[in-house]
Amino acid sequence: MSEECAVELRDVVKAFGPFVAVNHVSLQIRDGEFFSLLGPSGCGKTTSLRMIAGFEMPTSGHIYIGGAQQGYLPPNKRPVNTVFQQYALFPHMTVAQNVAFGLEMSHANKGEIGRRVHEALEMVHLGGLGTRKPKQLSGGQQQRVALARALVNRPKVLLLDEPLGALDLKLRKAMQIELKNLQEQVGITFIYVTHDQEEALTMSDRIAVMDKGQVLQVAEPEALYEQPTHRFTADFIGETNFIPARVAALSPTILVELAGGIRLPAGWVEPGIAVGDRVMLSVRPEKINLYEAHELEELTATTCRVRGVVERLVYVGTDTHHTVRLESGDRVVARLQNLHVDEEPWEMGEATTVQWEAAHGRVFKEA
Amino acid sequence: MQQFLRRHPAVQAWLLLSPGGLFLSVFFIAPLFIVLIYSFLQRGTYGGVVWQFTFENFRRVFDPLYFNTFLRSAYIAILTTFFCLLLGYPLAYFIASRSPRTRSLMLLALMIPFWTNFLIRTYAWLTLLRTNTGLINTALLSLGVIAAPLPLFGNDFAIIVGLVYGWLPVMVLPIYAALDRLDPSLIEAARDLYASSAQVFRRVIWPLSLPGVVAGSMLVFIPALGSFVTPAILGGGKSLMIGNIISNQFLAAHDWPFGSALSMLMMTLMLLGTLYYFRSTLKAEADA
Repeated sequence: MSEECAVELRDVVKAFGPFVAVNHVSLQIRDGEFFSLLGPSGCGKTTSLRMIAGFEMPTSGHIYIGGAQQGYLPPNKRPVNTVFQQYALFPHMTVAQNVAFGLEMSHANKGEIGRRVHEALEMVHLGGLGTRKPKQLSGGQQQRVALARALVNRPKVLLLDEPLGALDLKLRKAMQIELKNLQEQVGITFIYVTHDQEEALTMSDRIAVMDKGQVLQVAEPEALYEQPTHRFTADFIGETNFIPARVAALSPTILVELAGGIRLPAGWVEPGIAVGDRVMLSVRPEKINLYEAHELEELTATTCRVRGVVERLVYVGTDTHHTVRLESGDRVVARLQNLHVDEEPWEMGEATTVQWEAAHGRVFKEA
Repeated sequence: MQQFLRRHPAVQAWLLLSPGGLFLSVFFIAPLFIVLIYSFLQRGTYGGVVWQFTFENFRRVFDPLYFNTFLRSAYIAILTTFFCLLLGYPLAYFIASRSPRTRSLMLLALMIPFWTNFLIRTYAWLTLLRTNTGLINTALLSLGVIAAPLPLFGNDFAIIVGLVYGWLPVMVLPIYAALDRLDPSLIEAARDLYASSAQVFRRVIWPLSLPGVVAGSMLVFIPALGSFVTPAILGGGKSLMIGNIISNQFLAAHDWPFGSALSMLMMTLMLLGTLYYFRSTLKAEADA
C-alpha cells in the first residue's frame, strides 16, 4: 500500500442477495487525483462509491482511505464527503445552515464555522445567497451549495455521484470546467461517478471503466480512447467500427483475414487470442481515410487498404460520416473533417478505397 | 352553458360550492347558531329555553366544579396525545421503512380496528380492565403476581388507555405520510456530514416530519377533548370528562342553556387549536 494512495479498494465484492453488484474490484486512487468511475447504469460504479462513503459495506474485500482500513466504519466516521445526485440539500435549512451542518457536527467553534461557510460560499460564487432556502435556488445554484457543503469540511476525498446529471447541457459543460478548476484549486482527491464518457474524458486524470460489476480498464483519458483493452471499452468510449475477422497470424506481425480472403495487419491483439480464432477488428472512424484509385500510393506493410463503395453520407457540421460497404461485405464508417470548401465531395454509389494505419486496428475477442 | 361557465369562473365556483355549502349551512352552521343563542338564555323547567337574556350560564361555566372538569379533560386529552405520539411515531417510522408491500399490509392492519364499531371496542376494554372480574386482574391474581386487584378501571388511567387505543391510527397516518415523503438521501447526506444517528434524527428526520406530528396531534387532541363514550364506559361513572357533563345537562339535568354554554367554550378551545394547527402547517409548507 503506497503512501500517495488516497483511496484503495482491495478485491472488493458487494452482493445484494444473488445479484453481484461489484465483483472483485481493486483500485488505487492517487492523492490529489481527479478519478472517474465510468460505466453504464448497473455497472457497479455507484455501489463502489457508496462503499467508499460507508453507505454500503463490502461483502468481502477491504477499503482503505488515506492508508487506514475502513472496515465497518459508519459514514460519519470517514474522512470523505459526498455530493449527491439530486443534491440532497436539507429543505428546512438555509443555504448557510446547509453548508455549516458538517462543521457543526464535528464541533468546530462558532467563529470558525461562520468564516469557513462564508469562504465556501464565495468559492462557489454564492456569496450573497446564504439566507435563502434551497427551494429558492436554481438547479445550478443548488449544485454549488451541495459542493460547498461537502468541500467546507476539507475532506481527504470528495465523492461525486453523477452530480451534473440533473443540469441542462450548457450548464453541465460550464460546471464541468468549473469542477475541474475547483479540484485543482483545493487539491482534494475527487472520485467522480458518471455514465457520460465525454464528461469523464473532459475532467479526469484517470478513468476506470466498469461493466457488470468489474473494472475493465484503468487509464488516462487518451490511453483509454486510443488503446482500449476490452471490446466493451472500445465500444463505450467514443465510436468505433467493428469488422468481423479471423486471426491469420500473430507473429512476426498480427494479421487478420476478413470475409473474401482480405488480409490486413493490426496493431494490437487482446491477450488469449490464438491463430484461427474469430475476432473483431476495431478501427475508429476518424482514423479511416477515403481515396480515389489514382491517389493511392504504394502499399506498405503498416497500411490497411480495402476497396469499397460509398453507401451513405451524413453531414454533421464539423465532419461528414461516410458509410462504406467494403469488398468483404462489411460496412465501416469513416469520419472526414469538412476542411475545405473546394474539396470535391464523395457521392453515394461512388467506388472508393478505405485506408488506415495498421497501428489503429485493434483486435478483440468476438464476445 | 359550458362556454358561459368557462367565461365566468366565479359562477362555476359557486355552483361547485353550493351543494356542500347548503348542507353545511342547514345542518351545521344553523344549529351552531341555535346553540350560541341558547347559551345566553334561561333554562325552562322541563328542558327547552326561556327567552330571557343572561350571562349566568357563562359565569357558571367558570365555577370550579365545572371548570376543573374542563381542565381535567384537557389534561386527559394532552396525555392521550402524548402517549399516542410516543407509541405512534416509532410505529410510523417502522412502517415507513418497510418495503412497499409490507407497508400497505401494515397500514391495513392498523386501520381495520379503526373501522370496527367504537362502542364495541370500548366495551372490549371494559372486559379487560374491570377491577374484580376483568381479564388482566383475574389473570394476575390467579398467577399470584398481585395480592389485590389493580385499580385499572373507573379512573383517568382507564380513560386514557381507551382513548390512546382508539385514536392511535390517526396519529400514525399523518406521521407515516410525512416520513414517507422524506427523501432517504437526506439521511445519508446528514450521515455523510458526520451526524450520529441521534443527530440525524434531531436535525433532519424530526423537523421534516413535524408537520405530520402536528397534524396527528390535532387529530387526536380534538376528539379526545370532546370524548364522551370512552369516559362514560371506562370512567365507570366516577371519572367524567366535559363531554359527559354536556350530555348530562341536555339529557338528565334539562339545562339546555348551560349545556350550550359549555359546548361553546369547548368549541372555542378547539377552534383555537385548529387555528394554531393551520398556522403551523402553513409555516411548515412555506419552509419546505
